[in-house]
Amino acid sequence: MEIRRRNDHIEISELDPFLAELLRQIPASANPDGVQSAEQRLFSPPSNGKQTELCAEWRIYVEPELRRLFQTATETVAADLQQLNGNEKSFANRTLRIPAKHADAWLNALNQARLVIAAKNNFTEKELNDHFRSPIGSRRDLSLFQVNFYGFLQEFILRELES
Amino acid sequence: MSCGPWQDTGCQAQIKANEGIFPISNEKAGTMTTAEPTVEQETRSEDELDVPWQVVVHNDPVNLMSYVTMVFQRVFGYPREKAERHMLEVHQKGRSILWSGMRERAELYVQQLHGYLLLATLEKTC
Repeated sequence: MEIRRRNDHIEISELDPFLAELLRQIPASANPDGVQSAEQRLFSPPSNGKQTELCAEWRIYVEPELRRLFQTATETVAADLQQLNGNEKSFANRTLRIPAKHADAWLNALNQARLVIAAKNNFTEKELNDHFRSPIGSRRDLSLFQVNFYGFLQEFILRELES
Repeated sequence: MSCGPWQDTGCQAQIKANEGIFPISNEKAGTMTTAEPTVEQETRSEDELDVPWQVVVHNDPVNLMSYVTMVFQRVFGYPREKAERHMLEVHQKGRSILWSGMRERAELYVQQLHGYLLLATLEKTC
């Protein structure tokens, strides 16, 4: 896989089918699917619990706005990922071009996905910092790899935004 | 920000105070007189007194350090060095006070931080 900045977009080329599939999973991975810990992580309370009135109002007024914001980001990413669709049986490497103006949506969607996956799997800090865990021998290992892969993409996008 | 019925209180008080300065016609005398302004006694709850509130960001093992730094720069307009200092404080001490001031603005900051998926809370200064 190669990732580079080209004019007004970020190009991820030489994407093998496995990594392409992981990218396709971003919108679905960002969905808490009713898992309470994931839902609570995406929509955390605005106070440490003492301000019950504030928390109640937050749920009514702020949470819907946040939901819309998060949904818009994942929809933008899902639309960009359409480039990876095509012949499902093809094992040829793919190229994905992310418009620079979509960088914030990608950062947000990648972050949603990482947080939801981590919450669903209840990853420990030690596991999350173990970037060299291999090989992928279980569903849990795969989820951890996914979190790290999405983190790598986030780092690259951040670096491009700064430059 | 759409959150907070408490925001209306100030506006209502302002409208009531303004009601007192509308000219009232005195038809018998054929003159216009201005009524004495009615001074409404302002009553405010403890919350509205607006003691300083703090915007606190808590540690989260998932969010990237570079991402958190960028968010602090964007939301608070902090220079990179200051944003990094706060990010490291969050990382090492578990929390950092990013800003303190009026409640309404603090809420807006917390909402923005939640938009970036950081763990942020609003705390009243003791």
